[in-house]
Amino acid sequence: MPDPQPPVIRASRLHKAFGAHAVVRDVSFEVAAGETLVLLGPSGCGKTTLLKMLNRLIEPDGGTIEINGENVLTQRPELLRRGMGYVIQQVGLLPHYTVAENVAVVPRLLGHAPAAIAARTTVLLTRLHLPPDRYAGQLPHQLSGGQQQRVGLARALAADPPIVLLDEPFGALDPITRASIRREFRELDELRSKTVVLVTHDVTEAFELADRIMLLDAGQIQQLGTPRELLFRPASDFVHRFFAAERLALQLRTLTLGDVFRDNETEFPKDSFRAETTVHDALEALTGPASAPAPPFTMAQLMAGFGAALQREEDAWKR
Amino acid sequence: METLSALLTFWHEQAGKLGEQTLQHIGLTAGSLLLGVLLGVPLGLFLSRKPRWAPAVLGVAGVLQTVPSIALLGFLIPLMGIGPKPAIFALFLYSLLPIIRNTLEGIRGVPPAVVEAARGLGLTDGQVLRRVELPLALPVLMAGIRTATVINVGVATLAAYVAAGGLGEFIFGGIALNNPVMILAGALPAAGLALAFDALLGGVQKLSTRRLGQVGAALLVALPLLGGLYLLPRATGRLLAGFSPEFVGRADGLPGLTKSYGLTHLPSVVLAPALVYEAARNANVDVIDGYSTDGRIRAYGLRVLRDDRRVFPPYYAVPVVRPALLREHPELTAVLAKLDNQISDSVMTDLNYRADYLHQPPKAIAEAFLRRRGLWLAPRPAVAGAPVVKLGSKIFAEQYILAEMYAALIRGNTDLAVETKTGLGGTTICFEALRDGAIDMYPEYTGTGLLVLLQPQPAVVDSLGGQPAAVLNYVRAEFRRRFGLEWLAPLGFNNTYALLMRGQQAQQLGIVSVSDLGGYLRR
Repeated sequence: MPDPQPPVIRASRLHKAFGAHAVVRDVSFEVAAGETLVLLGPSGCGKTTLLKMLNRLIEPDGGTIEINGENVLTQRPELLRRGMGYVIQQVGLLPHYTVAENVAVVPRLLGHAPAAIAARTTVLLTRLHLPPDRYAGQLPHQLSGGQQQRVGLARALAADPPIVLLDEPFGALDPITRASIRREFRELDELRSKTVVLVTHDVTEAFELADRIMLLDAGQIQQLGTPRELLFRPASDFVHRFFAAERLALQLRTLTLGDVFRDNETEFPKDSFRAETTVHDALEALTGPASAPAPPFTMAQLMAGFGAALQREEDAWKR
Repeated sequence: METLSALLTFWHEQAGKLGEQTLQHIGLTAGSLLLGVLLGVPLGLFLSRKPRWAPAVLGVAGVLQTVPSIALLGFLIPLMGIGPKPAIFALFLYSLLPIIRNTLEGIRGVPPAVVEAARGLGLTDGQVLRRVELPLALPVLMAGIRTATVINVGVATLAAYVAAGGLGEFIFGGIALNNPVMILAGALPAAGLALAFDALLGGVQKLSTRRLGQVGAALLVALPLLGGLYLLPRATGRLLAGFSPEFVGRADGLPGLTKSYGLTHLPSVVLAPALVYEAARNANVDVIDGYSTDGRIRAYGLRVLRDDRRVFPPYYAVPVVRPALLREHPELTAVLAKLDNQISDSVMTDLNYRADYLHQPPKAIAEAFLRRRGLWLAPRPAVAGAPVVKLGSKIFAEQYILAEMYAALIRGNTDLAVETKTGLGGTTICFEALRDGAIDMYPEYTGTGLLVLLQPQPAVVDSLGGQPAAVLNYVRAEFRRRFGLEWLAPLGFNNTYALLMRGQQAQQLGIVSVSDLGGYLRR
């Protein structure tokens, strides 16, 4: 599939060692404009190191990184970073700045007009469910963990950077908060057009958010591809085993109604049951309270079709 | 109540001095603190970037902190002379440890995530320092500065020992004179200053973090101004005097002198007794108080100005003993009497010269003297369980030498054991030790016994008229009656107060007596 646009991020042959211990070994990849790449892997696999190389918080020992075709070493690190949103697990809000001031940090560094900064802050806080009237003047310690991470997200997006880097952004949150923020994150208009690189060790999160996943182990790429490729066409035994624990859940989230009802050309007239709807979401809709738009299939049909679709994927891979 | 009214009276009478000393005190504290902040904060920041150096630097600052303040001043005087320079420098050294350490700890206490996020957002290293690390470290940093301030207000009292002024002048004068009111007169304002400084900085600390930066900048401006208080013009004159605290306060010292000779145009600074001679020799000051038998008079070419109006009372050296000692060991009476009238002024000056200038040990000086006079007997072999005679002395060479003479005589002539407790500080410490029985005997001076220990009504002092025999008779009778202590026979020399000048300068100005000095100053 030829790319119409050149990649926004191009990393080639990156290498990094701390002392005698190599944490990133010969890693090359590209990220296209608007794409979300998830760096996935067990602790210590080098995914965070890799992310921090992109904004030069860590300098590689070898290899090059180009952003929009320009080597990052040719730019001052501060200027480079101001063009990339950055969110970390511990959030790292400036504790002596209010919520609004935290959001305004980068636009101020870039010299944006105060009125524009204020307007942008209001929009972002509103969209992230932090009504500015109530929250703009608060200090970070007055917020819950989930609210703090929303502010962290708003701060990363404030200057509308084309690239956003996220290092385990939801890792410190409890499961319920994590799920809800992740949903907001996925549905955030601000992020739609952005090139996103996100680090996580949470497989479900990776499948939910990624256009493509880079699975890393011991500093090396094990497989780089779409969630579907990693799940149904694992490149190695490591990749296969990595998803073992959550395989069924991942399969439910990966296969769509389009895959399941491929042969009988089912019509999907309603919004909630489209060809792109995952089996997981369709199941949710079927098991919930009876919904007004009646589904055009029963649960038995859905599961039977799901089984058949799985079989097709397996066969295709083994062949 | 009595103390309080005495205190208020003292302050009222000395209001001018109190104000001057308070301003000097603030100046010393603020000046040294400014230097401490200017060096300590950058050093702390440096250490936060290069933690490898931290143990070494903090170690050195910690060692500086443990050097006793008097000793530190002692080291600094040969390098920096007397006056505010060594005082401010010493205070500066003391303020370093808390400031460096708290700066370092403050920066270390900033959550790494906050710094990482700030860098990740595109703040430069300088912006991270100014906008993130310093504001967040400021509460801890300020706590360090507060600690340094309180330490410095306290230690600044010692500045009075090196002619740098401050509230220590009252305090050390009061200690030297055993005058609690005078001590309080200096100590209370000093404590008040410490509290005020601490409260002020505490108030600064409570301000919101963002305004701390502005206030910190304001402090950097204010401290030099406060430090400048020190430079307010002080009285100047044709000659500058340097006096020990005791001399400034006691009735037969500067006050008596000023009254009798009209020394009104003689500005003076206060100095540690140990430093006045050096100060005169180095021409830091022109006129000092001293003792007429001091060895340094000879060593430094100083001249004793004749006390032609007999203001200084006679200070004949006499051993004072607990009568029980002589009752229990009657043989001691004859032994102690061997030194009666054996030591003249010039002999004592020479002995002191050997100690102060030639740095011979007091014991060797005492032995050589006894040999010359044919009084030396080798110590008898120690007898197990022999009773111990405890000899005391004040903290200067003459007293050490006298104590060693008596120790040698007792060891050579009796089977008694001797323990010398030398260096018991000032008059009152020796006197109290004798009353308590901590010592059995020490050499005292008639004038000191009269004016410092007995403190009779002025009329009584006047009636004695400065006559040596009359004074001795009076103190002997009064000590017997009031304290049950015995004054033996005088040793011969009169170690009285004296005004001293450099011999060369005195000759140039034609000053021989204190009256000449008064005349020269009024001219």
